[in-house]
Amino acid sequence: MSLEIAISIVMTLVIAATPILLAGLGELVVEKSGVLNLGVEGMMLVGAVAGFITASLTGFTPAGYAAAAFAGLCASLLFGVLALTIGANQVATGLALTIFGTGLSSLAGAGFVGTTIARLPALFPQSIAGHPILRLAFGYDVIVYLSIALTLAAAWFLNHTRSGLILRCVGESDASAHAIGYPVTAIRYLAVAFGGALAGLAGAYYSLAVTPMWADRITAGRGWIALALVVFSSWRPWRLLLGAYIFGAVMTLELYSKAAGFALLPPEMLAMLPYLATVVALAVIAMRPSRGRLDAPRCLGKTFRAGA
Amino acid sequence: MWIKLEPRKAPSHLALYGAPVAAIALTMLAGMVLFTLMGYRGAGAVFEIFIEPLLEPERWPDIAVKASPLVMIATGLAIGFRANVWNIGAEGQYIVGAIAGTGIALATYGIESWWVLPSMLVAGLIGGAAWAAIPALLRIRLKVSEILTSLMLTYVALQLLYYLVRGPWRDPEGYNFPQTRMFSEAETVPNLLEGTQLHWGVLLTFLAVLIAWFVMSRTLTGYQVRVVGLAPMAARLGGFHENRTVMMTMLVSGGLAGLAGIVECSATFGQLTPQFPVNYGFTAIIVAFLGRLHPIGVLIGGLALATSYIGADIAQTASALPQAATGLIQAMMLFFLLGVDLFVVNRVRLVPSVVQHAS
Repeated sequence: MSLEIAISIVMTLVIAATPILLAGLGELVVEKSGVLNLGVEGMMLVGAVAGFITASLTGFTPAGYAAAAFAGLCASLLFGVLALTIGANQVATGLALTIFGTGLSSLAGAGFVGTTIARLPALFPQSIAGHPILRLAFGYDVIVYLSIALTLAAAWFLNHTRSGLILRCVGESDASAHAIGYPVTAIRYLAVAFGGALAGLAGAYYSLAVTPMWADRITAGRGWIALALVVFSSWRPWRLLLGAYIFGAVMTLELYSKAAGFALLPPEMLAMLPYLATVVALAVIAMRPSRGRLDAPRCLGKTFRAGA
Repeated sequence: MWIKLEPRKAPSHLALYGAPVAAIALTMLAGMVLFTLMGYRGAGAVFEIFIEPLLEPERWPDIAVKASPLVMIATGLAIGFRANVWNIGAEGQYIVGAIAGTGIALATYGIESWWVLPSMLVAGLIGGAAWAAIPALLRIRLKVSEILTSLMLTYVALQLLYYLVRGPWRDPEGYNFPQTRMFSEAETVPNLLEGTQLHWGVLLTFLAVLIAWFVMSRTLTGYQVRVVGLAPMAARLGGFHENRTVMMTMLVSGGLAGLAGIVECSATFGQLTPQFPVNYGFTAIIVAFLGRLHPIGVLIGGLALATSYIGADIAQTASALPQAATGLIQAMMLFFLLGVDLFVVNRVRLVPSVVQHAS
């Protein structure tokens, strides 16, 4: 295998990992605040379609990403109203959001199936972004660097800031946080909105960068993989990054073996890989000896009602 | 005056049973607004989706046939949801059930005997249950959330289906189409009423609902499932095993989904094709909630959803409403149902503002 091919394989891996990293990072913060939003796939689809339509109509791809983040945020507020304000079951509400996002995106995108848009250019100048070797580090669009910067920011925010501590406190013990006087529901709303915006952005990465054209259900269940990654990461941003890149590698393996006409496994078996790998990863992480030390936030998925 | 919500001592029965009706009414209203905004004939489309199928008796058998798999799957899911077991991979179990049953059908090719169809149905049941046993085992042994694993396995099942119909199970005389050969007479679920689509699978669903109702409300097993869901601590103190409940509810919901899969495959398609899975496993989640996780409620909820499916077909031709609108309508139903539940556990009271300030 030549160096050139190796470099393009790694670059494909990074691009495959970026959207699940973004979506996973958003959900990680949401779950740290004690909320389980299973609507990631739905919010991603809403973001994907909003981003594509905006980019397609304006001809300006950055506007697509902005619209996607906003649309994902709006979708997450729908979850917020039901699960946080009304106090509906979070599992059911999240599922409803995914079904809703799937329906809305295929309805809104129906007129755009098969059309294409322009990708974002690489962030760095062509002299290094197009360099045969340097492109490994500098050949990506701004979203890739943003996803890594956000990982850094999330790790710093959660572990080294006062606000991060309050967010974790709300997730570990909502009643204590409320008793001290923190607005539990408001803090959770902020987290949910952040998760929604990142999911929207992640969805748009599929429709604007990975395959820059519109197809129904373009995210193909990756939102669920992002959810699984959060568990896999034990709610730690850097491990999430690692997990996302491992999964990016699995997906790239699928892609390249298909292209190379790799005859060892039929294509359908390769397409199963990321999903099977997720199940295996969840099982393996559950078997590790240090279980229970830094596991799920205590209040994850529990409805909070301020002293009714 | 302030509007104040306060918890009811016991859920209001009127609100409990009225909530799904209110949710459907609100969905119709929201649908009208949404479709009008999107440039369709809003009121007309909503009428076609929800009312028109009910006004035409010749469509009633179609509604029953459409409702059959939804109700069968949702009956199983509702039992699990009651016990806080979140099997959301029913779609995968539905597919694997169809695959297992088709396996028997292909293996018994040429045998025209009475036992062929029953073995197919049993294989479907076992196939679905086995597929659901994987997430159940992972939850019991390793405490891995069944939500994620059951869903991941749906994608695996889908690819397995594609592989089989494109590869080893492809009809040799099928002009290379990715589908199995047609089932024989002995492999087809018999028709129930001449001139309609109604088949024996509909009765099977009805039977499943009756058994589920009996078990859930009249036996110790049903009581155990409800206690594990409502009060896990009390269940543990009472000597009920949570793990056993998890396994049992997963096997039941997976088995029913698998049975629904092979019945649908045999009765409606007459062969296994890639077009076979149409997300009934996900829609059944809505049916389960719409039916308040009660078998009889699920039956009614399934009929309501089936009506909207048939109605969406009408609206597609009459109002050019895209097929995707169905999913949107269904999700809105669940949203509104979750929303109006606020009034099931709470009541609204008008409080004089003076009192509010004093407190």
